Amino acid sequence: MAEAALDAHEHPETNTGMSNSKLALWVFLGSECLLFGGLISTYLLYRNETNGGPTASDVFEIPFTSVSSFVLLLSSLTMVLALSALRRGDETRNRIWLLTTAMLGAVFVGGQVYEFTAFLREGLGFTTSPFSSAFYTLTGFHGVHVSVGIVMLMSLVVVSLKGDLSKERAETVELIGLYWHFVDVVWIFIFTVVYLTV
Amino acid sequence: MTETATTVEAEVERHDEHDHPSDRSYVGVAAVLGLITAAEVLTYFFDVGPFLIPALMVMMTAKFFIVAAYFMHLKQDIPLFSGFFVGGIALASIVYITMLTTFEFWDSFDF
Repeated sequence: MAEAALDAHEHPETNTGMSNSKLALWVFLGSECLLFGGLISTYLLYRNETNGGPTASDVFEIPFTSVSSFVLLLSSLTMVLALSALRRGDETRNRIWLLTTAMLGAVFVGGQVYEFTAFLREGLGFTTSPFSSAFYTLTGFHGVHVSVGIVMLMSLVVVSLKGDLSKERAETVELIGLYWHFVDVVWIFIFTVVYLTV
Repeated sequence: MTETATTVEAEVERHDEHDHPSDRSYVGVAAVLGLITAAEVLTYFFDVGPFLIPALMVMMTAKFFIVAAYFMHLKQDIPLFSGFFVGGIALASIVYITMLTTFEFWDSFDF
């Protein structure tokens, strides 16, 4: 493909002179702000509506969630190091950092599954109260986004192992990296608004 | 070619003049983010009274801008991309602050 053969610093022949894929991704991320804005607002509206069930301060384990936050933050660093390695043409390090990022993402999702299981044992089900529904929907949607990111990262690792992910295709890694950093940004908001203001 | 397209192409050319940050810079940025997160977590264990919400909002905003500027490369990239992202956040803020106001959300706070 002509696009695949482009150097990382060349630009495709488009009307604007910039990558259509990158432009589309930024428009997508802009629209995602509205999705998560809606979910966060709904949580804020219902956070005190517990129907006699467990409240946020009853169930939240801030030290545990803080560790998860650090893990996700660290994954943003490894993601950007993966892109940096590929831009230098270092495909081996690119694979290592991509795999590390996916593993850190998996640790985060695993932590979320553990947290949800613990909350369920304490009586906080999805339909227990408006608070619980809003909480699980918000954090669940975020978890799904992280999981989709992990699938994309692992796909990149497979493509790289086949030898099809070279310096010339650095933009592909950059685009998935942008999505990954966006997921991290959303967690920055969720961690503060949902967990720390209990 | 339209004037807008020419302007954007000029911005793309300007973007090419910038080098990407080094790995060492990225580690430095991550360290700063880690320190801010640690400070956020400390507010949970130490009572900072009425400064809690403002302090958390400032730290959250700082982290957001650092990730967007350095990890998402908006600092080096063309302003149009920043426009889409900031535009999305601005639109979401306006829509949902209006929604929260409609539902009298702010009445639960003592200002």
